[in-house]
Amino acid sequence: MKALRKFLDKKKPLFQKGGKFAKLQSSFEAFETFLFVPNITSHTGTHIKDAIDLKRTMSIVVMALIPALLFGIYNTGYQHFLSVGELANTDFLDICVYGLIKILPIIVVSYVVGLGIEFAFAQMRGHQVNEGFLVSGMLIPLIMPVEAPLWMVAVSTAFAVVIGKEVFGGTGMNIWNPALVARAFFFFAYPSKMSGESVWIAEKADSFSGATPLAHAANLVDVKGDAAVTLYQQHLSNVWDMFVGFIPGSIGETSTIAILIGAVILIATGIGSWKIIVSVFAGGYVMGMLFNLIGGNAYMELIPAWQHLIMGGFAFGAVFMATDPVSGAQTARGKYIYGFLIGFLAVLIRVLNAGFPEAMMLSILLMNTFAPLIDHYVVQGNIKRRLKRVKVSA
Amino acid sequence: MSEVKKIKKGLDIKLAGKAEKVLEKADRSETYAIKPSNFPGLTPKLKVKVDAEVKAGDSLFFDKYCPEINFASPVSGKVIAVNRGERRKILEVVIQADAEIQYQEFKKADPNVLSREEIKEELLKSGLWAFVRQRPYDVIAKPEDTPKAIFVSAFDTAPLAADIDFLLESEAAAFQAGLDALAKLTDGKLYLNTNPNLNQSKTFSGAKNVEIRQFTGVHPAGNVGVQIHHISPMNKGEVAWVIRPQEVVFIGRLFTKGIYDVSRKIALCGSEVKTPCYFETILGASVRNILKGKLKDDEKIRVISGNVLTGEQISEDGFLNFYDSQITVIPEGDKFEFLGWALPGLQKFSMSKTFFSWLTPNKEYRLDANLHGEHRAFVMTGEYDKVLPMDVLPQQLVKSIMIEDIDQMEQLGIYEVAPEDLALCEFVCTSKINVQDLVRKGIDLMIKEMS
Repeated sequence: MKALRKFLDKKKPLFQKGGKFAKLQSSFEAFETFLFVPNITSHTGTHIKDAIDLKRTMSIVVMALIPALLFGIYNTGYQHFLSVGELANTDFLDICVYGLIKILPIIVVSYVVGLGIEFAFAQMRGHQVNEGFLVSGMLIPLIMPVEAPLWMVAVSTAFAVVIGKEVFGGTGMNIWNPALVARAFFFFAYPSKMSGESVWIAEKADSFSGATPLAHAANLVDVKGDAAVTLYQQHLSNVWDMFVGFIPGSIGETSTIAILIGAVILIATGIGSWKIIVSVFAGGYVMGMLFNLIGGNAYMELIPAWQHLIMGGFAFGAVFMATDPVSGAQTARGKYIYGFLIGFLAVLIRVLNAGFPEAMMLSILLMNTFAPLIDHYVVQGNIKRRLKRVKVSA
Repeated sequence: MSEVKKIKKGLDIKLAGKAEKVLEKADRSETYAIKPSNFPGLTPKLKVKVDAEVKAGDSLFFDKYCPEINFASPVSGKVIAVNRGERRKILEVVIQADAEIQYQEFKKADPNVLSREEIKEELLKSGLWAFVRQRPYDVIAKPEDTPKAIFVSAFDTAPLAADIDFLLESEAAAFQAGLDALAKLTDGKLYLNTNPNLNQSKTFSGAKNVEIRQFTGVHPAGNVGVQIHHISPMNKGEVAWVIRPQEVVFIGRLFTKGIYDVSRKIALCGSEVKTPCYFETILGASVRNILKGKLKDDEKIRVISGNVLTGEQISEDGFLNFYDSQITVIPEGDKFEFLGWALPGLQKFSMSKTFFSWLTPNKEYRLDANLHGEHRAFVMTGEYDKVLPMDVLPQQLVKSIMIEDIDQMEQLGIYEVAPEDLALCEFVCTSKINVQDLVRKGIDLMIKEMS
């Protein structure tokens, strides 16, 4: 490694002020600090610092996403071969290879486009390249349908990085979760590619139904009595498959088990807020319960509250999206409220508005918007306690 | 005895090199210095010129805006230098010590029979006033104030902190005399905050004229600011005074012996010290003789007057800071680490469990001064809350300081915090934000706006 360090030290002046490539300083430093933790020491304040930094933090989140990614790769192959009726004749490796061939290009496009823009912005502003996109770049592919055209992924990613993040000043300044901005853009700009039956399964056979459980569930609204029960039995009763993830859906969102493994990693390392994760699930469950109690249509009556938590992007959103510290609530008390409302609203929108079966995305974006307001009231509470103290002692 | 308050939020950083409770002899230091920079917000005016002869207790400089507050020479001898920095700012007043210390004589009296004004006058005249600090703002107390209470923390929970029981061994009489003097200065109570697990000595449990409160738990349980918050939090317009036990002893010596005697024990600690232990020295001493032959020399080192969280880096022949009872020596760590952020990190300490070092919770670490990353904007949330045992929202407070919003700072509790109380926030910060500098900046701004 000494040779590499020497090489970098030799080239470094070229990229600093007055050097030949001074314009590329940010890019050079991004690579340099990726390879080597810099030699900067503390000169004011605490002399020792916690070993954690943003690179470590972000790489832990990426690690937590890997179970969902691996399952997504397998499930892509699984759903494809299932739809064409070849599942029994295909071995495990072929399924994985098929999934990998489908998914890898989406990941590459997301990272190349996103990091490209990040580097360009850092360069323009003379800033350091921030680590935030390492996570966004992985989240974006996992919430895309497998049949998403690559150019649409590229446009959505570019929109998310520029409008979702850079216009606000970069990582740490954005008000919405950038990955969800990408998905929302995709959803509204190219709706035909993110809804219906044909986009969730790669190269699906025409005869095979590729609807997601959420789409089936939305159909429950219009049917009554025995027909509803039959529909439920046919498409929604296999909760084990739903929990494990053998259902059509966005690439990384289907397997609740894989997502929970990620949740364990995030909570155990202290990176993800358990307060948010738990309260999102609680909020969803409570809304589901309310629907069960009130009733009104088959969707409300037949789907048990807990089933909402394993359908669609609910779990993925709760664990990986709602927990984004930048766009989420920042105060401890605010996190409970913020999380609860995300879960609550997600199930509410999902059940009442058939047009938006995937309500998790909208619910999180909405609560991202309101997170500063929630924090404002929590902060005011703290201020009021302090003022009250004066009155008591006076 | 009152109940014990347990501080749960916070973090004990286990460092290698804790000082053994053994008092070693070091060669006497020849030079001593008082540094105006040890007193935030002070504008010093010199009273002596180079080559002047001074006795221990003679004023070297005073506060331009409060001329009664003197800063005294710790030893007798000759002023050999007044070192200045940019714009002629005074950095150090250096004294070459006599072989035998000559003391300036002050009134010797039982503080119990003196009036409040007489005690104040003695403290101001002798230079001991500089040890009395106030909250809010963590600056030297104003003589004209009458504080709502005075707080003394009898234990220190900072990393590798000196054991205060040991520092005050055989000082019980002077300590009590100091407490008697302080008790006269307030209409409220004089609180002595002890930790039943750390303070075993009779000096504290037998102290009279005080209200004893008990605290246990992790750092910053020993910070007087945290204790005040749990006893009687600072509201706008209130003033409380704080002083450390070692300094109460100095006050006691003034009244029992009639001299300005600021000799003190200090702990020499840290992973780069061969045998960490205690030394007898005098405030402001050059650390050269203390460090001589005591350090490991296999790596570039950093000498800190004070602890690793709040101390100041000094050179190997620098001087002990005014308020410090320990010298910590750690590796400098100014080197690159290949893929350091990706390694398992068994030797790295982190509050988060992102490094595998959490598997060995009782390990003592040898930490260096490397930042372990680069400065970033705020990204993570909730980290600061875990290490500040106060009903204050640290991240919001720091942000309000960043945007210099005076009203918001006041509302969010700037009067309750000192930089040292948020030192752990700075330690755990993923974005490596200089929290203590910011808090001091906020306090300076408040002082400017409120005066």
